[in-house]
Amino acid sequence: MSDILLKLEGVHTHIGAYHILHGVDLAVPRGQLTMLLGRNGAGKTTTLRTIMGLWPASKGRISFGGKDITAMATPQIAALNIAYVPENMGIFSDLTVKENMLLAARKAKHAAQMDEARLQWIFKLFPAVQTFWNHPAGKLSGGQKQMLAVARGIVEPRELLIVDEPSKGLAPAIINNMIEAFQQLKASGVTILLVEQNINFAKRLGDTVAVMDNGVVVHAGSMRELAESESLQTSLLGLAL
Amino acid sequence: MKALELDWKPLALVPLLALIALPLVGSGSTWLTLTVAGLAMGMIIFIIASGLTLVFGLMDVLNFGHGVFIALGAYVATSVLGGMSDWTGSTELWRNLVALAPAMVVGMLVAGAVGVAFERFIVRPVYGQHLKQILITMGGMIIGEELIKVIWGPQQIALPLPEALRGSLLLGDASIERYRVVAVVVGLVVFALLAWTLSRTKIGLLIRAGVQDREMVESLGYRIRRLFVGVFVVGSALAGLGGVMWGLYQQNVTPQMGAQVNILIFIVIIIGGLGSTGGALIGALLVGLMANYTGFLVPKVALFSNIALMVAVLLWRPQGVYPVANR
Repeated sequence: MSDILLKLEGVHTHIGAYHILHGVDLAVPRGQLTMLLGRNGAGKTTTLRTIMGLWPASKGRISFGGKDITAMATPQIAALNIAYVPENMGIFSDLTVKENMLLAARKAKHAAQMDEARLQWIFKLFPAVQTFWNHPAGKLSGGQKQMLAVARGIVEPRELLIVDEPSKGLAPAIINNMIEAFQQLKASGVTILLVEQNINFAKRLGDTVAVMDNGVVVHAGSMRELAESESLQTSLLGLAL
Repeated sequence: MKALELDWKPLALVPLLALIALPLVGSGSTWLTLTVAGLAMGMIIFIIASGLTLVFGLMDVLNFGHGVFIALGAYVATSVLGGMSDWTGSTELWRNLVALAPAMVVGMLVAGAVGVAFERFIVRPVYGQHLKQILITMGGMIIGEELIKVIWGPQQIALPLPEALRGSLLLGDASIERYRVVAVVVGLVVFALLAWTLSRTKIGLLIRAGVQDREMVESLGYRIRRLFVGVFVVGSALAGLGGVMWGLYQQNVTPQMGAQVNILIFIVIIIGGLGSTGGALIGALLVGLMANYTGFLVPKVALFSNIALMVAVLLWRPQGVYPVANR
């Protein structure tokens, strides 16, 4: 059994007058890819934003590598080697692809200071990043932007990569490329927490899975167990994988 | 897909406005005089407005108190230059420029230092609350004006140009005031430094990224509040520099001068696109030219003409000539 890198215990989140998370319990094992599934409005994105401190938890505890990060500010959380790719990808449209990557490389002051070997590895994972290196990021297609968003997350070694719906709005061919990239990332040992609605995407990538509904985690276990159990799929997700 | 695409249409507005004015002014020499005067005025307004537009872009803060830094810079200049009358009274240009340098530096330092306190005690408590920002920053400006009256007195103070910067250069029949040439040069230097910082340094990249999506900048591990304080202080210092330039341009200073310039600055940053430094330069040049042409042609509509200009630009591009993405 792997050790737990990220752990949420009884996390509640309020956004203004709205009570969104009602005591989320979630464990992300180190070195594995954890899928966070659930219907629209179940609280998946809110969970990710709460982990990142963008919407602070009103109750409960979030720990990363055993360290309590519940009350930390977003930059402090990110500095713990956590990369976050939001649902809208967070691409800086007016900046070039290179400048987007340079910003994510916190240790580099200039493009020349970015780790060249790592960049070459990223270029192999996401060729569009190299092709459009000096182009404005705002001119990229949706799939290319998603590749850039993930590439930005791994431009330096990170302990945890959090990605919100990477397949959203992408063509099937691009989704396949994305799955291959995540498989390679997984093989490199990065811990990944992925929110997804695309079940096939989840099935091909997930090691562990948590299913959310109404602001709580209603099921947690292995992805294989969920994929093989029609009754679980029907009761948790209302569909068959 | 092109690697770099320059949106040239807003750039063309400046020569277009100048060309439209040429037949209306009639005389080529008068037109040249007005055009140089307009460019000089525009560059001074740009120096003042560049910080404000970044402050708005980066933190969504509406600082209606920016004018106090202008007045402060100008008043500091009266004290510094007043104590260097031997240098300002000299007919040697280099001695005049040497006198201007400390006036500018001290004006920037004092405005920047007051900017630190202004951000800490006036702006910080009202992040994210636009109405309160407008009210409290205007209140801050009023307090600043009153403090200026306490220190320098309520009356208008003369701020004469150094000896060698008075008078005009003759270019054919056109008369170009010497100080306006200096103002254009200083404005170009400030723009070049800003452009270099924003495009060639990581701090500049962070500012540009923060203007677009500050939440994402924080998610990448950068403390945007610190960045904002830095930009606010630099913006205040630039307003102080602009105040020195504006005071010398007007050759007198009053505690209310900042509030008067405030109107022009807001027109400039709205025309430019909130958060856009390049847009602020275009906006400032357009406002400077328009003010000078209409001041000559139809003096009574000088201020109105700039408001009309802003309306026309917004009808063309509702978010300003260079809208900032993601806003």
